[in-house]
Amino acid sequence: MTDNTIDQPEDRVPKRVIGTPPATEAVLKDETVHEAAALPGVIYQDPASARKAEKTVALLFLIAFLAGAGFIASYVIFQVGTIDKTSTSNFALGGTLALALLALAAGITTWVRRIMPKYTMIQERHPMASDAETRETVKETFLAGAEESGFVKHGLLRRTLLLAAAPLGLAPLFLLKDLGPLPGTKLRHTVWGEPTKTGKPRRLITEGTGQPIRAADFNSPGGILSVVPEGYEHDLNALAKATLILLKFRPEEIKSGTNLNWTHDGIVAYSKICTHVGCPAALYEQTTHHILCPCHQSTFDAADGAKVVFGPAARPLPQLPIGIDGEGFLIAKADFNVPVGPSFWERGDAEAEAREKAEKA
Amino acid sequence: MIGTGRSVNSITARRRHPLARFAVVALALGLLGGGYALAAPTGSTADAAVASGKADDVAQGKDLFIAHCASCHGLNAEGTKSGPTLVGVGAAAVDFQVSSGRMPASDPGAQAPRKPLDEWVTPQAIDQLAAYVQSLGGGPTRPAAEQVDPAKGDPAKGGELFRANCIQCHNFVGAGGALTYGKYAPSLNESSPTQIYEAMATGPQAMPVFNDSTITPDQKRDMIAYITSVRSQVDPGGSGLGRIGPVTEGLVAWIAGISLLVLAAIWITAKKRQAHS
Amino acid sequence: MDTPPKAIAGVSTFLDDRLGAGSFLKRNLRKMFPDHWSFLLGEIALYSFIVLLLTGTFLTFWFKPSMGHVMYDGSYEPLKGIMMSEAYASTLNISFDVRGGLLIRQIHHWAALLFVAGMVVHMLRVFFTGAYRKPRELNWLIGIGLLSLALFEGLTGYSLPDDLLSGAGLRITQGVILSIPLIGTYIQFFLFGGEYPGEDIISRFFTLHILLIPGILLALITAHMILMWVQKHTQMPGKGRTEKNVVGAPFYPAFMAKAGAYFLFTFGVLALLGTFAQINPIWLFGPYTPADISAGSQPDWYMGFLEGSLRLMVPWEINLFGTSGGTIPLSVLIPALVPLGIIMTGLALYPFLEQWVTGDRREHHIADRPRNNAHRTSIGISAVTFYGILWLLGANDEISANFHIGLYETTIFGRFAIFLGPVIAYIITYRVCIGLQRKDAEVVSHGVESGVIKRMPNGEYIEVHTPPADDILAHIRGKKEIPVIESGVDREGIPPKGARSLIGRLRAKMSKAYGTDRIPLEEGHGHGEEHAAVGAGERKEVH
Repeated sequence: MTDNTIDQPEDRVPKRVIGTPPATEAVLKDETVHEAAALPGVIYQDPASARKAEKTVALLFLIAFLAGAGFIASYVIFQVGTIDKTSTSNFALGGTLALALLALAAGITTWVRRIMPKYTMIQERHPMASDAETRETVKETFLAGAEESGFVKHGLLRRTLLLAAAPLGLAPLFLLKDLGPLPGTKLRHTVWGEPTKTGKPRRLITEGTGQPIRAADFNSPGGILSVVPEGYEHDLNALAKATLILLKFRPEEIKSGTNLNWTHDGIVAYSKICTHVGCPAALYEQTTHHILCPCHQSTFDAADGAKVVFGPAARPLPQLPIGIDGEGFLIAKADFNVPVGPSFWERGDAEAEAREKAEKA
Repeated sequence: MIGTGRSVNSITARRRHPLARFAVVALALGLLGGGYALAAPTGSTADAAVASGKADDVAQGKDLFIAHCASCHGLNAEGTKSGPTLVGVGAAAVDFQVSSGRMPASDPGAQAPRKPLDEWVTPQAIDQLAAYVQSLGGGPTRPAAEQVDPAKGDPAKGGELFRANCIQCHNFVGAGGALTYGKYAPSLNESSPTQIYEAMATGPQAMPVFNDSTITPDQKRDMIAYITSVRSQVDPGGSGLGRIGPVTEGLVAWIAGISLLVLAAIWITAKKRQAHS
Repeated sequence: MDTPPKAIAGVSTFLDDRLGAGSFLKRNLRKMFPDHWSFLLGEIALYSFIVLLLTGTFLTFWFKPSMGHVMYDGSYEPLKGIMMSEAYASTLNISFDVRGGLLIRQIHHWAALLFVAGMVVHMLRVFFTGAYRKPRELNWLIGIGLLSLALFEGLTGYSLPDDLLSGAGLRITQGVILSIPLIGTYIQFFLFGGEYPGEDIISRFFTLHILLIPGILLALITAHMILMWVQKHTQMPGKGRTEKNVVGAPFYPAFMAKAGAYFLFTFGVLALLGTFAQINPIWLFGPYTPADISAGSQPDWYMGFLEGSLRLMVPWEINLFGTSGGTIPLSVLIPALVPLGIIMTGLALYPFLEQWVTGDRREHHIADRPRNNAHRTSIGISAVTFYGILWLLGANDEISANFHIGLYETTIFGRFAIFLGPVIAYIITYRVCIGLQRKDAEVVSHGVESGVIKRMPNGEYIEVHTPPADDILAHIRGKKEIPVIESGVDREGIPPKGARSLIGRLRAKMSKAYGTDRIPLEEGHGHGEEHAAVGAGERKEVH
C-alpha cells in the first residue's frame, strides 16, 4: 500500500477504528501543494517524489519489455513434442508472459498512485427519471403516431398482421424438429436382447481385453469384471446402456434379492449404469458386497439383487440373465427385463410390470 | 515526531486494514493447500520376490507366524473373530500385506493402512512367512521379477485396462479415493510393481480379485507399465495439485486467484489517511 | 503542453466532424469513479471474459469439435494407438504439439473459473452494500442473467474435450434432462441427436459455447456497462458524499489507468496460474467411454453446489400411472432444480421484495455498510451458507478420502446442515451486525480508544478516548434509517387499508422487523467522567 507514509511521525493516538475501511481522502497536512490547483479536489504530487517514482515505473516497464522479449525468445527456443519439452516450454512462455503483464500492471499502478494527482473531485448526480414535461411530450407523440399510423383505427389491419406473424414465429420451432429422432422405445432395450449375426447367443466380453469369458476361468470369489456386449465393444451408444459388472460370489453369500436363475455358478451380472443419473456404478467392495457409484455415492448391495442401501438412487441395478454356451463362455440369455439407467417419464414402475409378467408365466 | 501531520504507522495501518486478516487466512490456507499438493509421495523400489518352498523356510515361517500373526489369524491360520483364515490366500497375499506394512495390523479396524515396516520384517522373513502360508493350502504365488517389469509392458494397452478396472476406486492416476464406512482405496504411488501385481491377484481387504485367468499376467504387466509411467511423469502444466481433479483446482482459483486479485484491487485503490486536525 | 499533438488533434477533428463525438467526450472524459477496492471485483469477471475471448479464439484454431473416431498418433506416449474422438485427440494435440497451446488452454480454463468467481464476489459486494436498490434493479437482473449464462457457458466448455471426466459431466447432464417430466426424453433425444452419447453433442455444444452463449454474454455485458455508466457508480458513505453527488477520481486519466492496470493484473494472475498450476490434465483422464468412470469425478467449482445437492438427496421416485408411465424421479429433479431455483429466484426477487417490505421507493446512490442492514446481511450470509454446504458436499468423496472421515457420515451431516446451517448463520450474523452497530454508536458517542492511560486525581486509571477522525465519523454517520411502512391505526382506530389483510399484516410486521433501528447513533460525548474525551491540545501533552 502506501510507501510514502512510513517516514511519517508515529502517533500514539490511532485515528482509525479497526474494521473500518481506510479513509478516502488523501490530504497530508505537511504535503505542500506545488502547483496552483486548477480544479478543486485535484492535489498534485510532490515533484521530488514523483521523479523518484518515475524511476521505479521506468524500471518496471523495462522489466516488462525484457520479459515480453523473453516470451518471444522462449517461443523460438523451446520446442514441444514430449512431456518434458512441453513442460519446459510452458514454464518459459508462461513465466515470461506473467512477468511482463504483472510488471506492466505494477508500473501503471505506481504511476497512478505516485505521479498522477490525488483526486477528490465531485460530480453532481441527477435523478434518473425525466421531468414531467418530457414524459408528457413523449406520451403525446406516441399517441399521435399511433393514431397517424392507422394501427388503432383499422382493426382488420391489426388482426391480419398478428395472423401473418404467427406462423413465422413458430417456424423456428419446427426447424428444430430434425435435431434428433423421437425416443420411441429405445430407452427400454439394450443390445443384449438383439439377435447376433450368427444367431448364437451374445457372449459377454471383458472390457479392455476384448476376450470372451469362460465361466470356469472367472473362479475367484470376490472377483469383478467390467463387461461389454460381443460385437459392440466400441459402440458408445450401446455401451451407455449395456455395460455390465460381472461379480463372482461364494454360493452361500448370495441373498434372496438376487434372481438365482439368472446367475451361473455364483456369477452375477448387473447393469453398470447407475439408476440415479447414469454414471458407471463401478466401485466394488468384495468384503461388504457394496457397489458404489462414484458420482453421487448411491450404494447397492450386490449380494442382494443390487438393492439400494444408501444414496439418491431409487431403484436397484437391473440384473441380466446369464448362462454359458456350449464352449463354456458366458452368454446373455435375454435382455434386461426392465429399462436400465436413469428414470424417465415414460418408464413407469417397470419392476412391478416385470413381476406381474413373471407371475403369469 | 516532527510536523503536525500525524499518520498511523504504515505497518500498523496495514495490519489493521480490514482485509489484513482475510489476507493472512488466505495465505495460510494457500500455503497449506500448496504444501499438501506438493507432498505427493514417490514410488519405492520393487523388492525381489521369489517364491520359495523349502522345508526349513516353512518351519521358520511358522515360528514367525505364531509370533506376529497368530493372535488374529489363529495358531493354524484358521482365522478368528478379528482376522480371516489365511488358508489358501497364497504367498502373494502374504508378500503384499507384509511388505507394504499393512500386516501385522496395528488394530483390527475397517482398513489396515500402509505403514513403515517393523524391524523383523526382512525380505528373508517375508520369504519364510510366505512359504509357510503357501504350504497351508496353495493360492496365488508371487510374480517373477520379469512378470512385473514395467519396461516389458505396453503402457497404452495397460491404460485401457486400468481405466476399465481400477480408476473407479483408485482415481485416474492412482491417487486413491473414498469407499464406504471410512474405508478408502489407497494411493498407488508408493506401491511397488510386485505389490500392484499381488493386489490384483489376491484382492486384499475390500479390493476385488482380478485373477490370472481373466486378466492375464501379461495384461497385469501392461497395467503396471501404465501406472508406473504415469506416476513418474512430470506435470507439464505446473503443480499437479495432488492430481485429484477439479476440487483442488477450485480451491486454488479462490484461494490464490481471487485473493491475489483482491490484494491488487486494494493496492490500486488504497489511499493515504487524512490527518485528523 | 498547451495544444494536443498534431496526430491526435487531426484524428480527433476528423472523427468529430463525422460523428460529433466531442459533446459525448466533453461530458464523459471526466466522469467520476468512486474509489473502493470492492468496486473492482466485477472487473475480475469482465477482464477474465476478455481473456476467455482471446484464448478461446486461439484454441478454436486447432480444436476439432467432432466425435468421429481416430487412432491417436501424437506425442503423448501413454495414449499412442488408442481409439478416441477427434475432439479429444485435437485437445491432446493443442496440449502437446502446439507451442504455447498448453499454456493458452490452461489460462482459458483458469479464466473460466475466475470469470464465475469474479461474478460471485462482485454480486456479493452488490448485495451486501444494497447497491441493487433503485435505480439499479435492472442491472442487478442483467447480472443474474449473466451468472446463469456463465454456468451454461462453463458446462458446455467443460464437455468439449471429450475426456473421461468431461464425459462424466455430460452423462449426469443427460440423466438430469431425462428426469424432466413429460418432455425429458424428447429434450434428450433432440439435444443429443438420438441416444446418449450419439455423435452430435460435441459439435452442438461447440456452437453454443463459442457463438451463441458468448454472443449473448457480450451483449448483456455491454448493457451492464452502459447502465453502470449512465447511472454512475454507487459510493461508500463518507465525508462530502451525498445521494446527489459522486466523489472520486475522473475517468480520464486516473480511472482509465487504474482499470488498465487491473486488466493487466487479472491477465497476469491468470498467466501465473496457467504456468504454475496444472488444470484439467485431460491426458491423464483418458478418452471418454460411458463404461468407465474415475473416483473423484467432479465438476468445476461453480457446478459443485449442484453436485453436492444431488449427493445429499434421499432416494425418492414416484410413478403417477403405476406401470404405464408418469415416472417422476424426485431424487434427481429436486436437487437439480430446487437449490438453483431458490438461489437464482431469490436473487432476482430480492430488490423487489425489499422494496415491498420497506415501502422504500427512493433512489439510492450511497452504499449501505453491511452491518447497518442487519437483516439483509443475515439473509445474505444464510444464503451463502446454504450454497457453501452444497458446494462442500459436492467434494465429500475427496474430503472422505483425504481426511479419513466416513463417506456416509459426510452425507448425513450435510442432510442436516443444509437446513440448520442457514438458520445458525442467520442468527450469528445478526448478532455480529448488531454488535458492530453498537461499536459504531460507541465510537460516535465516546470516541475511540487512544491507548493513553491517565491517572485521575482520585487515583483511578482510565483510558483516554479521543474523538474519531472526521472521515471515520462521516463514514459511520452514513448509516441511514431503513423506512418502515405505516402500520399503525389512525385516529379513528382503523389500520391503513394495506395492513388489514393477512398479507398486509405480515408485511407490516416484516417491515417493522426489517427497518427498526435497534442501535441508533447517539450524538455527543455522554459519560464524560468515565471516558474523558480529550481535545487536540491535551493530546500534545501526552506525547
